[in-house]
Amino acid sequence: MSERMENIKKLNISKPLLLDCKQTIKDFPLAYETYGKLNKSKDNAILVFHALTGDQFVSGINPITNKEGWWITAVGPGMAVDTNKYFVICANVIGGCMGSWGPKEINKKTNEPYGLNFPVITIRDMVKAQETLLDHLGIEKLLCAMGGSMGGMQLLQFCATFPNKTFSAVPIACSTSHSAQNIALNELARQAIMSDPVWDNGKYLKKNVQPKNGLAVARMVGHISYLSEKGMQEKFGRKLQEKADYEFSFDADFQVESYLRHQGFKFVERFDANSVLYITRAMDYFDLSKQFKGGLVEAFKNQKTKFLVISFSSDWLYTTKENKDTVIALNASGVDVSFAEIKTDKGHDSFLVNEPEFLKTLKGFIDSMYLKFKK
Amino acid sequence: MKKEFKVIADLLPKNVRVLDVGCGDGSLMNLLIDEKNIEARGLELREENVKKCIYKGLSVIEGNAETELHQFPDQSFDFVVLSQTLQAFYNPEKVLKDLLRIGKSVIISIPNFGYWKVRTKLLFFGKMPVTKTLPNTWYNTPNLHMCTIKDLFDFCLEKNIKINKVIGVNEDNTSEIKKSNLEMKNLFSKLGIFLLG
Repeated sequence: MSERMENIKKLNISKPLLLDCKQTIKDFPLAYETYGKLNKSKDNAILVFHALTGDQFVSGINPITNKEGWWITAVGPGMAVDTNKYFVICANVIGGCMGSWGPKEINKKTNEPYGLNFPVITIRDMVKAQETLLDHLGIEKLLCAMGGSMGGMQLLQFCATFPNKTFSAVPIACSTSHSAQNIALNELARQAIMSDPVWDNGKYLKKNVQPKNGLAVARMVGHISYLSEKGMQEKFGRKLQEKADYEFSFDADFQVESYLRHQGFKFVERFDANSVLYITRAMDYFDLSKQFKGGLVEAFKNQKTKFLVISFSSDWLYTTKENKDTVIALNASGVDVSFAEIKTDKGHDSFLVNEPEFLKTLKGFIDSMYLKFKK
Repeated sequence: MKKEFKVIADLLPKNVRVLDVGCGDGSLMNLLIDEKNIEARGLELREENVKKCIYKGLSVIEGNAETELHQFPDQSFDFVVLSQTLQAFYNPEKVLKDLLRIGKSVIISIPNFGYWKVRTKLLFFGKMPVTKTLPNTWYNTPNLHMCTIKDLFDFCLEKNIKINKVIGVNEDNTSEIKKSNLEMKNLFSKLGIFLLG
């Protein structure tokens, strides 16, 4: 795995970056991947921000995990975000664990993995690091920037911090600040990790182990929150897992249990537990209105970017109402904003799965924006 | 009625900001952008229409004008357009107030229930009128508060809403409606278009 890690694209950011926690960092790696080709006029670039457990491998086959990219349903040749036409860029967030500067990287001062010595980073820190990548790739203005969930939060931050760096923006299933319910769910995930004895105050990597049980439970919490009540009922109901009747034990009798266990244990293969702590913390700290004296209206002032906000009717993690609040804030600042709610039972996960109405809307927007941007 | 959109476009100056409430598939917005270089935004209830607008690159917000106009700040548009929808709201008075708050001026069109064909259908057949501009029957019509040009005219006077211009529209002609010709125009216009505020 580490050998393959050497071969991924990395930008060394030498310019000092002042983090929100007041620590300044420099000479740190940002891992990224690109798909398609940047055209001569450089007007076909799309930046994708990934969600909590995502990485830079949006499409194709992830060379580290050998699994499909996390947004293979939307990005690729002939897909809604057509890489035959557009140049798609995605970077691993700092704090992540797919090659970018994160808690599992080696601290040069101690020659050990950072663990909890890694600074607490914010969504704004992540976005500032990624903006550097655009300079490196020679892109002055993006055609579009998009992201769902934490990716959407990064996008809103990106637009507020770097106004008019993108012609259009698609924040999907996200909000301008984390709700109490979302903080609570993240806390549940963190507590699951931290109460695993293997975690050992984040020092587990020194022993070359992972707090697998805690990390798997954290992932299970996530998976419950990504589905809708109806979707879960339809998919699993009370169906039993390859057995005729209850076994009067605590094995996975129900299919839904088996599903969660599977998702949990699949996750520990590819993700670092400390990264979950750091990234969920960044999400919880996210509150765009807090950064600007005049609140959200100020955050989006003088914004020429054309927005399309998309929500999913059965998403209870980032509800339609929360997404509409973003629309209201954009509207109050006089920003050019469209909004569509996709009617679906697939919950928060809708943007990651094959949801035709969503994909059609996304494609329609990007293609029409491309025609306008070219003018 | 294409004619209606033409009349609305003619009422609007170039380069202004317009909110089209109930913008449908965006036909009017497209016309205003192409002919008048207008900055147009739409609000639309039906999901399939919202998507049509998005595919055309038009700015549209999916939402219900009855409950969601509060999101638009005071006087944030030069004009707000409401085409043949006023009669479909539960509370048209509240909606109209909101439109006048959001827009410096408001353009409203209504299917005229005072049109002679409508009147004769009720008078001679004793049945609720079904016409080209009012194509639904009593049990499935979205129209909850049908009114005539004269009704809206009187309503504006009563509520102290400034009427700038009223235009009567038929298939073959359009004409300005004034207090002096209100009775006749109320009888012979299929559609009334009001410029208010």
